Amino acid sequence: MSEATLEISLTVNGEAVTKTVPVRQHLVDFLRTELGLTGSHLGCEHGVCGACSVRVDDAVVRGCLMLAVQADGAEVVTVEGLTETGEIADLQKNFVERNAMQCGYCTPGMLITASELLREPKPVSREEIRGHLSGNFCRCTGYHAIVDAVETTINNRLEEG
Amino acid sequence: MNKETPITLLDKPNSYVGRTLSRDAAKRAVAGRGRYTDDIMPARTLHAAFVRSPYGHAKILSIDVDAAKQQPGVALVMTGAELAEMCTGPWVGTLVCFDGMKSEPQHPMAIDRACWQGEPVVMVVASSRAEAEDAAELVTVEYEELPVVIDKETALDKDTPVIHPNLGDNLAFEKTIESGDVEKAVADADIVIEDTFTFGRHTAVSLEPRALLAEYDPGTERLTIHTSSQCPHMIQTVFARTLGVPEHNVRIVAPDVGGSFGLKIHTFGDEVAATAAAIKLARPVKFVADRLESFATDIHARENRVSGRIAVTKEGIITSMDIDVRSGAGAYSQYPRTSVFEANQILNITGGPYAHENYRAKTQVVYLNKVPTSQYRAVGHPIGNSVGESLVDQAAAACGIDPMEIRRRNVMHDDSYPRVSAAGIEMRDLSHQQCLETLVERMGYDALLEEQAEYRKKGIQRGIGIAAFIKGTAPGPAGYYGAGGAPISSQDSCTIKLEPSGGVICMVGVTDQGQGVDTVMGQIAAATLGVPMESVRVIEGDTDAVPYGGGTYASRATAIGGEATYQAAMTLRAEILEIAGVLLQAEPDTLDIVDGHVVDKGDTASRISLAEIGRIGHFQVAELPNHIQHTLSATHRFRLKDALYIFTNGIQGAYVEVDTDTGFIKLLNHWVIEDCGRVINPQLADEQVRGGCVQGLGGALYEECVYDAAGQLQNATLADYLTPMAGEMPDIEVAHIQTHTGVSELGAKGVGESGTGAAPAVVMNAVNDAIRPFGGKVTAQPMSPETILKALGKV
Ligand code: FES
Ligand code: FES
Repeated sequence: MSEATLEISLTVNGEAVTKTVPVRQHLVDFLRTELGLTGSHLGCEHGVCGACSVRVDDAVVRGCLMLAVQADGAEVVTVEGLTETGEIADLQKNFVERNAMQCGYCTPGMLITASELLREPKPVSREEIRGHLSGNFCRCTGYHAIVDAVETTINNRLEEG
Repeated sequence: MNKETPITLLDKPNSYVGRTLSRDAAKRAVAGRGRYTDDIMPARTLHAAFVRSPYGHAKILSIDVDAAKQQPGVALVMTGAELAEMCTGPWVGTLVCFDGMKSEPQHPMAIDRACWQGEPVVMVVASSRAEAEDAAELVTVEYEELPVVIDKETALDKDTPVIHPNLGDNLAFEKTIESGDVEKAVADADIVIEDTFTFGRHTAVSLEPRALLAEYDPGTERLTIHTSSQCPHMIQTVFARTLGVPEHNVRIVAPDVGGSFGLKIHTFGDEVAATAAAIKLARPVKFVADRLESFATDIHARENRVSGRIAVTKEGIITSMDIDVRSGAGAYSQYPRTSVFEANQILNITGGPYAHENYRAKTQVVYLNKVPTSQYRAVGHPIGNSVGESLVDQAAAACGIDPMEIRRRNVMHDDSYPRVSAAGIEMRDLSHQQCLETLVERMGYDALLEEQAEYRKKGIQRGIGIAAFIKGTAPGPAGYYGAGGAPISSQDSCTIKLEPSGGVICMVGVTDQGQGVDTVMGQIAAATLGVPMESVRVIEGDTDAVPYGGGTYASRATAIGGEATYQAAMTLRAEILEIAGVLLQAEPDTLDIVDGHVVDKGDTASRISLAEIGRIGHFQVAELPNHIQHTLSATHRFRLKDALYIFTNGIQGAYVEVDTDTGFIKLLNHWVIEDCGRVINPQLADEQVRGGCVQGLGGALYEECVYDAAGQLQNATLADYLTPMAGEMPDIEVAHIQTHTGVSELGAKGVGESGTGAAPAVVMNAVNDAIRPFGGKVTAQPMSPETILKALGKV
């Protein structure tokens, strides 16, 4: 039994990609093994931990719950892409300064999830930040520093208008 | 060497020691450029998947792998018996320091019999993990189910089946320690409180699962393993011995490690199997546990029942404590660290902050048909602290004394060290009193009590919890790892070198899993040498590069590795100054190094740069006399001399709200005051405490590996095994008291487990404070809503 495959064409971090993929391969396996974009991580592969979060057509999705073939024609953005465009440079800087990560394994997913709060920043409480991030598991930090870093970024953006 | 000046060197104005600096690894992580084991993908890598026992206990009657071998992409199918042929012999997870301990020899994969659900039985290696899993489904194993032993309470009953008949019974280990006269103290006491506590089985749940990539070069016979590990040298030794490969041919590299918490100090049969496949096939073989495999095969911990008793005078003075611990291990004692450490630590630390002199603690550790247990962050402390601190609270309530006050009356005095605890352990350089008074102030304790009373009037039940603690960190060779016989180093070393450019390379045996160990070592090296941080490169996690050491476990990296780094930097500094003295015609002790330049002491004008010393010291060596031909490198090791541990101490406070209708607990505030000795990087120390706390809170409130009566793990997904998420966790206020340990010049103790060790105790005390007016009391963790409602008599 050889693996069933399909050809897909999509945009990943602004670059057009055409590849033949196994139909059962999920999006993050595709990004990691076919494209070498190892910034997206796998923590559970059943949709709970959020380590695999990526943006697909402007929505944050769990890359482990989406098949690569479902991304045919889509625009996919990973942490590598967000880094290149500078869209979350301030958030990343605040994560580093506040040490909002230890092992860093959850960090790309956290950043992508938190970036949703930054797109049209409005005042949010720490509870709201916690609520927004509560689908992303971090075993190392205890979350406090992550909340601090996100809060600082939002406040700075609001101040800068 | 230079014993007079070290404190001044590290305490210089603007010293890197004591300063918050960010981590280079963090900059990489935020860009998605972390490099974890599974990110390394050499060409022609094969992937291993395992057929695992579906039963808690079963005889293996036959294994048919023919169909699997025919599958596309399959390179190898290996049974336990075939793997055993490549191994030098089974593991036996005992240590000589645990007198009378016994364990059945364990093969990396089951051969005739599987003893827990998830034990590896057959390995399939194929071009992709998906293909390996496809083929694994075609392996047919015929089992005959055997009776399981699941309940630790009945494991020693005479009609309970014996898991390993060779051992005679299901007892792994028993031990009693005793000091003073408990029975007399109990007989003389005004008040005696007894209670029984139970603790669920937890597992580490590192977000990055266990992962290993093994490569073998038949030409040079080199075995290179990239693995998500805290202890590369231990893995090198154990894998070399197990697979009969010369140790010096084995290189272990720990790249970025995605969380570890003690899980990744252990050895696992499936990892040995994948390595054997790499040797056999001479191709890279990767094994990454999926989440189900993680739950069903990573070490478990914490399953204990403790009966405890405390005796006090009516003034609340503790006169004795005694505990009886029944500890549920797995099917084998984990090799090489064993499965009895946790119970042993419970005996060591329960009631540890207090000055009483009568103590008896006994334990029986029993085998069960479950995943083997072993060390997980803060080994034993969450249990010992929960028991001891609950008993103290109950005694306070019985005496009508405030919980803070009873602790104030009983903690060891800050001026009373060194001394020996009731458990017989040397205590020194601790600060219970100072920590307690700092907590009172930080919590605003009196105002909080008033606030709580106001809420009570409104029908809102808030609770305040206090828990003092001790924490054993940085174990020494007198204990388990040296005298105990395990091939695990309790010393650690640093090699530090001045490069021709004036840059500094610092190679350490301790490892980083995100704590910032590399940053901390860099800070110590830079501060000691007098060079800018940017000119120091720290290398860790590669057995080819760093001096032999134990790695990172038991909160030892800064305490042990930091002192080794400090001492090595002192020696290199002396070499540099000696060369500078020759070149400048000056006495070395009139010189200093500031910001990468040799200066006259007390001055900042450069007399010669370290780059110039490096250039001359490596290239223009003819300019130096024959008796000063320094290598410009130094290696130092550090280990504890006599002490078992460097003990630390602290106290936590918690403020919670309990919904007495739903049993839900809301964590409002959390405080930790702890004494880890000299703090090298305040932010990193704080974050160790915060992260550790939340890990402890998870265990106290949500986490439990649930087995059914047949030995089937019921909740092996992240959806069913609940972990703390951002929404439920509180902000955590942290403060450090810095009583330097006298066992090193650096003065640092461990900090990584202090949060975890006492968080369950403090939150349990807070919950009980909230529900005490209703006659409720919780003594079981995790404290699920159901547990709370039961305690309140509502279900
Ligand atoms: S890996 Fe996708 S949610 Fe965990
Ligand atoms: S930093 Fe390790 S999981 Fe979040």
